Amino acid sequence: MRRGILGTKVGMTQVWRDDKLVPVTVVLAGPCPIVQRKTLERDGYEAVQLGWDEKKEKRSNKPELGHVKKAGVAPQRHLVEIRDYVPEGDAVTIDIFEAGQTLDVTGTSKGRGTAGVMKRWGFAGMPASHGTKKKHRHPGSIGQRKSPGRVYKGKRMAGHYGAETITTLGLEVVEVRADDNVILIKGAVPGPNGGLVVLKDSKRKVS
Amino acid sequence: MKYNKGAILRSIEQPFVRDDHPEFETGDTVRVDYKVSEGNRTRIQAFEGVVIARSNGRGARSTITVRKVSSGEGVERVFPLSSPLIDAIVVVRRGRSRRSKLYYLRDLRGKAARIKTDVGRQEADRAVARAARGEPKSKSKAKAESQAEAQPEA
Repeated sequence: MRRGILGTKVGMTQVWRDDKLVPVTVVLAGPCPIVQRKTLERDGYEAVQLGWDEKKEKRSNKPELGHVKKAGVAPQRHLVEIRDYVPEGDAVTIDIFEAGQTLDVTGTSKGRGTAGVMKRWGFAGMPASHGTKKKHRHPGSIGQRKSPGRVYKGKRMAGHYGAETITTLGLEVVEVRADDNVILIKGAVPGPNGGLVVLKDSKRKVS
Repeated sequence: MKYNKGAILRSIEQPFVRDDHPEFETGDTVRVDYKVSEGNRTRIQAFEGVVIARSNGRGARSTITVRKVSSGEGVERVFPLSSPLIDAIVVVRRGRSRRSKLYYLRDLRGKAARIKTDVGRQEADRAVARAARGEPKSKSKAKAESQAEAQPEA
């Protein structure tokens, strides 16, 4: 069973641990009220639906209000289901995690709009000199000749980049500040500051 | 989600801020006593040079860049001011600088790379040091101060 919680990415800073400077991402997470429980009998699978970030009733529509009323909680800006997690009580708090364990962090990466192949796929671009003209950030050739006479499917090209769901695996928990509902995670987590992140026990084995 | 980002980050960084460093600015020459561990014993290594940059504000993330010329080769080290590995920072000389980053020193050699001593601040340092040793103020200083007392700020 992988436990999970919802939170907001606050930003990054650094902390000292045994004479080593550790980069950490600060995440404000929980307490997340349990809005709905999915059960094997009724839904065919077990899961818990967590809410995060209360909002005003007037910002909610009627179906939403009915849904949260059933659970007896305030309207929530975010509702996320964590599968195969059956927490006790009526809310999940950050103290389910402890320093030293690893997490998988899911977020929506920063949107980069229409991006070229160098930014989007890490292509090397074209030479700066040797006759290159106005094509310095271009992909170069995208195929062969008469055979196959077409561009392969999945050919990496320019296009929309970012603003996609990204999960970073195996991030270490540096510190849990249960009193402030704050957790310090080593390294970077996906998304902009202020973005929604889902923290779950890592599926990676702890090395 | 309403929260105060600065307050949260400060509450995390605050315990690491060291307030035991002396006041200094870019242009000053300092000696940084840095703890170096070799095997299981630690010793203190001094790095003396000109502070050519103070970066990232004055909080826990602030760093200084110290530059010295060692056997003809310019050497720069960046020290996080909150580092527990810094045993002490000692101001050796006060330098007068009109800018906050002295990166131009990298392109200068020898005499051109000198920095003028900030006499005013250097003398102030000496006065403080004398007072700490319990010695009387130098004559000129004593005179100047008695005059200042006689004529309170205009």
